[in-house]
Amino acid sequence: MKKTILRAGAVLGAVLVAAPAFAQELTFWSWRQEDRAAYQQFINTFEAANPGITVKFETFEAANYNTILSTALAGGTGPDLAQVRAYGGLENLASGDYLEPLTVDMIPALADFAAPALAAESMRADGTLYAVPFASQSQLVIYNKAIFDANGIEEPQTWDELKAAAQKLKDAGVIPFANGTATAWQNETVTFGLGSSLMGKDFYNELMAGKTDFTDARFTDALGAVAEVAASYFPDGFVGLDYPSAQQLFSSGMAGMFIGGSYELSTFKSQNPDIELGIFAAPGKTAEDAKLVGLYFDGGYAINAAGTNKEAATKFINYLASHEFGQAMANTLNTVSAVPGVTFENPLLAEVAELNTSSIPYLMLVHFRFGEPSGSVLIQGEMQKLFAGETNPAAIGEALTNGLAAWYEPFKK
Amino acid sequence: MPQLRMTGRGLWITALIVPPLAFVALFIVYPIISAFAYAFFDWQGLKRLDFVGLENFHTVLFVEPYRSWTLNAFKNNVIVFFALMVLQNGLGFILAYALWRELPGARFHRIAVFLPVVLSTIIVAYLFKLFYHPLFGVVNISLKSIGLGWLAQPWLGQSGTALGSIIVAQAWHMVGFPTLVFLAGMQRIPSEILDAVRMETESEWVKITKIVWPLVAPSATIVFTLLFVGAFNWFELPYIMGGLDGSPFGSTDVLGLYFYRTAFGNVSAGQQDFGLGSALAVIIFLFIAVVAGVITTRLRAREIQL
Repeated sequence: MKKTILRAGAVLGAVLVAAPAFAQELTFWSWRQEDRAAYQQFINTFEAANPGITVKFETFEAANYNTILSTALAGGTGPDLAQVRAYGGLENLASGDYLEPLTVDMIPALADFAAPALAAESMRADGTLYAVPFASQSQLVIYNKAIFDANGIEEPQTWDELKAAAQKLKDAGVIPFANGTATAWQNETVTFGLGSSLMGKDFYNELMAGKTDFTDARFTDALGAVAEVAASYFPDGFVGLDYPSAQQLFSSGMAGMFIGGSYELSTFKSQNPDIELGIFAAPGKTAEDAKLVGLYFDGGYAINAAGTNKEAATKFINYLASHEFGQAMANTLNTVSAVPGVTFENPLLAEVAELNTSSIPYLMLVHFRFGEPSGSVLIQGEMQKLFAGETNPAAIGEALTNGLAAWYEPFKK
Repeated sequence: MPQLRMTGRGLWITALIVPPLAFVALFIVYPIISAFAYAFFDWQGLKRLDFVGLENFHTVLFVEPYRSWTLNAFKNNVIVFFALMVLQNGLGFILAYALWRELPGARFHRIAVFLPVVLSTIIVAYLFKLFYHPLFGVVNISLKSIGLGWLAQPWLGQSGTALGSIIVAQAWHMVGFPTLVFLAGMQRIPSEILDAVRMETESEWVKITKIVWPLVAPSATIVFTLLFVGAFNWFELPYIMGGLDGSPFGSTDVLGLYFYRTAFGNVSAGQQDFGLGSALAVIIFLFIAVVAGVITTRLRAREIQL
């Protein structure tokens, strides 16, 4: 009897010790419920190549994802790996020491990633990297090819051509731009999707060098030009038009153009599979001015610093940084993967990647969302005021510079 | 000193009282106290840093831009409270009186008035968002069809009309509640009193002001207090119809939204700050508790015992 118990105990002990070697289960959190099927495929590929590791993909509501994730990490019930936001959203999480710092030793593929992509997932203070970037987004102008062809319109090369094209559509009874500004963050999208080329690269570089601020005429003139286009060529009552309605106006073919992110392309396609889309970077004043899209990185994949399966998690994150994964992501999810060397089957995506070679960062998100009041909060409210005729571009420049001076060192007087 | 003996009855009472007390302690008292505690610390994400005393309170009340945000949200809450007092409680009283007097169709209307209360707030919010749609909304289309096209406007997109539009939606949604409470109060008025009044006067106005209104005072206490608490905790409708930032430029911002985006952040615009958010929560809680307490005692004092 005693022997039997001893034997049973020995077997049980052996099983317990060996169990992790048999199967390691990783949990992987995301806010992309709509990408669940695709991620399951990616995970199957990984599991096939790495027997013994299984990955469980779980999704949470996008708007509250950061709160849910940070609460779980703080409470010790976080996942092994998680999709995390970029810039200010990442700093919030990483500054709590919840995420494992990543190095090229751990993930050799990182060595080839673009610097801005890595910067998006690093702490500004010491440059420590906390996540493998997954995709970039670009703010630009999307147009309905059929409507452009029917009205004999070409992609505009100058600001005047853009206005002429909009006028042509308006005369033909088509809404030129579908955009509305009732949803606060759409104001930021519209401002930089349309105005980046007017602001220009020089303004951006000088702003970053601390040589100028938002009272710069290149910036405020751009705001004025954007507001002028909005007043003439956005739908009637656009200040009361919310984001989903604006998307519908465009995808239903009632409007010719939509100022928005590259993330809209797949949405429009799914809302109306027959729609033929084209894209261009909003032009500058003259044809010689560089046409710039507003570029930013969406987020990355991070490892829980307190996770128990770090070895397996490192294997999985290496897969997420691999060319194989980046290519699969670009092909199935139609996003501009941040993995270097990925090619795009979808011609629109290839064009986005092409446009990305001439860009400035999507300003407020990339540089001014690290304190309160954030540049985004300010520009969104101020642009709504401008559209309502309750402020002017010069006053916005003042409001931005003074508001940001609360935490942005170069603006402090 | 009397000893509490654990007899069968004592045990029975203890067994009945402890679970709900524990529940209240765990899910109500503890969160409130911990929110109080959070408000005295500096936070980095969800990581608690140093004890900062009253710094967070000072920041939300006196340091720009928080000061103007707080004042703006508070001002809007006050507007909401008074507007709903008229639109929701005032109208509720009139509706209740009409139903009580059994005007033609009273049975149908009794249900019709209360029906919107049963609808989920989310449904009401989306419904009214569609009504107010600048291009396809019922409101603008109706105005245009009766030749009042110049009145058509982007209701939710202008600082002058956005808050009012959301208040109307709220009043439509909840008017059935004060109606029901007032109606119940009216039905409790003894018929002898009403018979006596009828011998004195035929005037409805006198009857309302001298008899009905004073006698439904307990109902008024309830709906006034609940409206106060509701108006200063207002969140769902402005969140869905105006967005987390109180679009456009803060004109629909209320303390509930402001607290939420300060404490938990706003994915598409701002950062989270748990300390400031907790300080706001404490201020809102204290304000509501104190004022609601005062309102209740003052209103109780004017209730008449029959």
